[in-house]
Amino acid sequence: MRYLPLSPEDRAEMLDVIGAKSVDEFYADVPEAARLKGTIEGLPNYQGELAVERHLSKLAAKNRSASSGPFFVGAGAYQHHVPATVDMIIQRSEFLTTYTPYQPEIAQGTLQTLFEFQTQVAAMTAMDVANASMYDGSTACAEAAIMATRVTRRKKVILSGGLHPHYAAATKMVCEAQGFEVVQLPAAIDDENALADAVDDATACVIGQSPNVFGTVTDLSKSAEAAHDKGALLVSVFTEAVSLGLVTPPGEMGADIAVGEGQSIGNGLNFGGPYVGLFACTQKLVRQMPGRLCGETEDADGKRGFVLTLSTREQHIRRDKATSNICTNSGLCALAFTAHMTLLGGKGLEQMALLNHEAACDLADALDAIDGVEILTPRFFNEFAFRTPMDAEAVLAMLDEAGVVGGVRASRLFPDGHMGDVILCAATECTTPEDIAAYAAALKEII
Amino acid sequence: MTMNNHGRPTSPDHVPSDRNLDTVSGSRGLLQAEGLIFEVGTPDTTGVDLPKPKNRTGRLGGVARKKGTGLPGLSEPQAVRHYMRLSQKNYAIDLGLFPLGSCTMKHNPRLNEKLARLPGFADIHPLQPQATVQGALELIDELAAWLKTLTGMPAVAMSPKAGAHGEFCGMMAIRQALIARGEGETRKRVLVPASAHGTNPATAVQCGFVVDEIKANEIGRVNMEQLREKLQTSDDIAGIMLTNPNTCGLFESDIREIADLIHEAGGYFYCDGANFNAIVGRVRPGDLGVDAMHINLHKTFSTPHGGGGPGSGPTVLSEALAPYAPVPFVVKDEDGVFRLVEDMEGDASESFGRMVAFHGQMGMFVRALTYILSHGADGLKQASEDAVLNANYIQSRLKSVMTPAFDGYCMHEALFSDAFTAEGIETIDIAKSLIDEGYHPMTMYFPLVVHGAMLIEPTESESKAELDRFCDSLESIARRAAQGDETLKGAPYLAPMRRLDETKAARKPVLKWVEPNADSVAAE
Repeated sequence: MRYLPLSPEDRAEMLDVIGAKSVDEFYADVPEAARLKGTIEGLPNYQGELAVERHLSKLAAKNRSASSGPFFVGAGAYQHHVPATVDMIIQRSEFLTTYTPYQPEIAQGTLQTLFEFQTQVAAMTAMDVANASMYDGSTACAEAAIMATRVTRRKKVILSGGLHPHYAAATKMVCEAQGFEVVQLPAAIDDENALADAVDDATACVIGQSPNVFGTVTDLSKSAEAAHDKGALLVSVFTEAVSLGLVTPPGEMGADIAVGEGQSIGNGLNFGGPYVGLFACTQKLVRQMPGRLCGETEDADGKRGFVLTLSTREQHIRRDKATSNICTNSGLCALAFTAHMTLLGGKGLEQMALLNHEAACDLADALDAIDGVEILTPRFFNEFAFRTPMDAEAVLAMLDEAGVVGGVRASRLFPDGHMGDVILCAATECTTPEDIAAYAAALKEII
Repeated sequence: MTMNNHGRPTSPDHVPSDRNLDTVSGSRGLLQAEGLIFEVGTPDTTGVDLPKPKNRTGRLGGVARKKGTGLPGLSEPQAVRHYMRLSQKNYAIDLGLFPLGSCTMKHNPRLNEKLARLPGFADIHPLQPQATVQGALELIDELAAWLKTLTGMPAVAMSPKAGAHGEFCGMMAIRQALIARGEGETRKRVLVPASAHGTNPATAVQCGFVVDEIKANEIGRVNMEQLREKLQTSDDIAGIMLTNPNTCGLFESDIREIADLIHEAGGYFYCDGANFNAIVGRVRPGDLGVDAMHINLHKTFSTPHGGGGPGSGPTVLSEALAPYAPVPFVVKDEDGVFRLVEDMEGDASESFGRMVAFHGQMGMFVRALTYILSHGADGLKQASEDAVLNANYIQSRLKSVMTPAFDGYCMHEALFSDAFTAEGIETIDIAKSLIDEGYHPMTMYFPLVVHGAMLIEPTESESKAELDRFCDSLESIARRAAQGDETLKGAPYLAPMRRLDETKAARKPVLKWVEPNADSVAAE
């Protein structure tokens, strides 16, 4: 077995040193009735690389990859081009095969990149501080809601009608487990600021999204003001991190907490994970934040260095009083994010954001020109919703036959939302004029 | 003095005795100094060549960013150097033994990385039509089948994102089962041993439970007397969260009885599966009365730790808890088509809900399945046995100079207390001294039930020669610690950094780079 260095002679020699006859002695505490004899039945034995690769490749070949044709699916995960350098960096053994940087003297590589990551995320969201990442955007959103209840000592959380339904579900589940009330506003393409009317004196936070799940961009300042008037917080959510290069960021709208999905930068689609949750907040809330934080300090020689800090918030110190139970985060995905951002810089991010927006504008123009198509999203960044005269699922299936992956049917995300004829679609810098033409031509044919 | 073929000396006449000589660059030989990107990059630079945009922003409706991010960029060669130079300041399992107890730093096969990058896995969208991702769903189903078989459990929730998220999944399933029994409001007490990972009590509280701590007995297992006592009034018991093998590196010998007692009391048994790697193929948690257990794919099945994630925490569930599993999950229809159940209806009508966007850590699933198929049933069992053998070998080799926390054999990790050290020398000094010897330290001060704990987990990835080399180093440090050698307190001396001041970092946290002389938002 290629991964096991001990030879039978080593094992015998080691048992001898230990004074045991066989490894069975080490398992003496296992209840007799539960001890397994031999190997577990019905499972194959070890295989060489070639055989395993063959099997997995067969499974991979049954999937249609996004790059293999015109592809327009968004709604929380986005097809973007990631520079080759990024993948090379995250495959460096020193980053890939190390642990959470508990021993800072021999983890400055990881720690410095986390410090840079935190600085980048804070600047992109226009917030004071950011943590070293969460699992993904949806769990970051849930953690933000819990944090708001902690900060305000209130028990009500209000979700906008444009919040990604998966984010809403994850948040609802976590909040209700802890006895908090969750108010979900009705699904709405363009009504994020309904939060301003819904907030009351019992509200811990209102959670709005821009661009929202229908692609609508909204200045949430009005919701922020209304929330602050009532002593509540605004949690501002995004699922498309590239939008931060162009669209009003959470910090410019008065958000207290900004959370979002960082997959778009540095990370592939990966069928939904692993991704990287971004989490930022105002300075005064820092000590209520969940997750790891990296901070600057000095070593015994007075040299600048970085360490994990404020760990008294965390489960390994505070146990049942911790701000969250999170331990492992998304370190390597955060590295991919920060490496891609380092290549882009602020200028590159803005350029990439513009290209995304322009591709979506071109797509909207092309689809809008088709009789029967109605673009529903009034203001958007790189994705929008449109209505077709037919059932969306049927339309998408026919598009698929024409080689176009045309988007997500809204009813998959809003099963009770009476949106059977609505499609959500996205365009990015990967979208070519030919892709758009192919989409428009196929759709025109179908409806 | 030796000469080269030009007649020039190949070694200097004078070697300075002070090896800490300063350099102009701040670099030290191969160890290159590297500033922050904000110090080496400029805002006008970008290392990505993109087409020129036409600057159309019409459809934004004015919801446009007012102030740029001001973030610097680096050209590609600069960026590559930046990260390469930083990488050299990290220890990694690919460099050497990484004995961090409870964290399971084993070899990360590169085949796993290769296959996870196949476009058919890495470049598919979680919401594209299910007909176009049948291979992905089949892979999830195949991995799920392995996990169920290896644990002897009937169901598994695949979507939890990491170990603590898996704990959350299991405890939420328990909560939902209690609600279904009409006891959601009355059964709130969860028993957690003092030796548990911090995530256990934190998770219980997140699910709305109250934590009741049980002590360990003198042999490092659950104190059965106290457990029985706590169960005497049992109508408020929701369950127990127990790590097995436990964090002392020991198998809970009374586990079957513990499970029975909890079940008789009307509660459920959550098993923290962080240490499953010690027992794969030797015993199935399903045969021990477990109701729920998360499996850290990044530990037992070697998806890389990546400097702190991503993890993946599929959670196996018993018959009693299976109906409450979170959405989404994969089912195989009679016609052989794989289907995602995403809504809480039909098969999922009793589900406790959705934990996360999309379907879990696919990238980790590919790596874990690759690892599992490479090992097979025989290799997985052998890996567990070798991990346990290696830990016992270390314990045997060091027990004369260090103090084992408990008598007898250990499982996959060897636990020592600091009883052998001279006054003034602490666990941290031993740990930091290991750095100078070229090793990552062991887990220190955990579990909390052992004074100055040192928890050493070598894993199956180490050869006997590596173990001997490590033991020689640690043995020497331990002797010096016993003798009260004060130089240990200054360690590390040879790492990229000397000991870092964590107190200073926490007192006035500086959590991001701020331009010198700019309006300071330095933290309070």
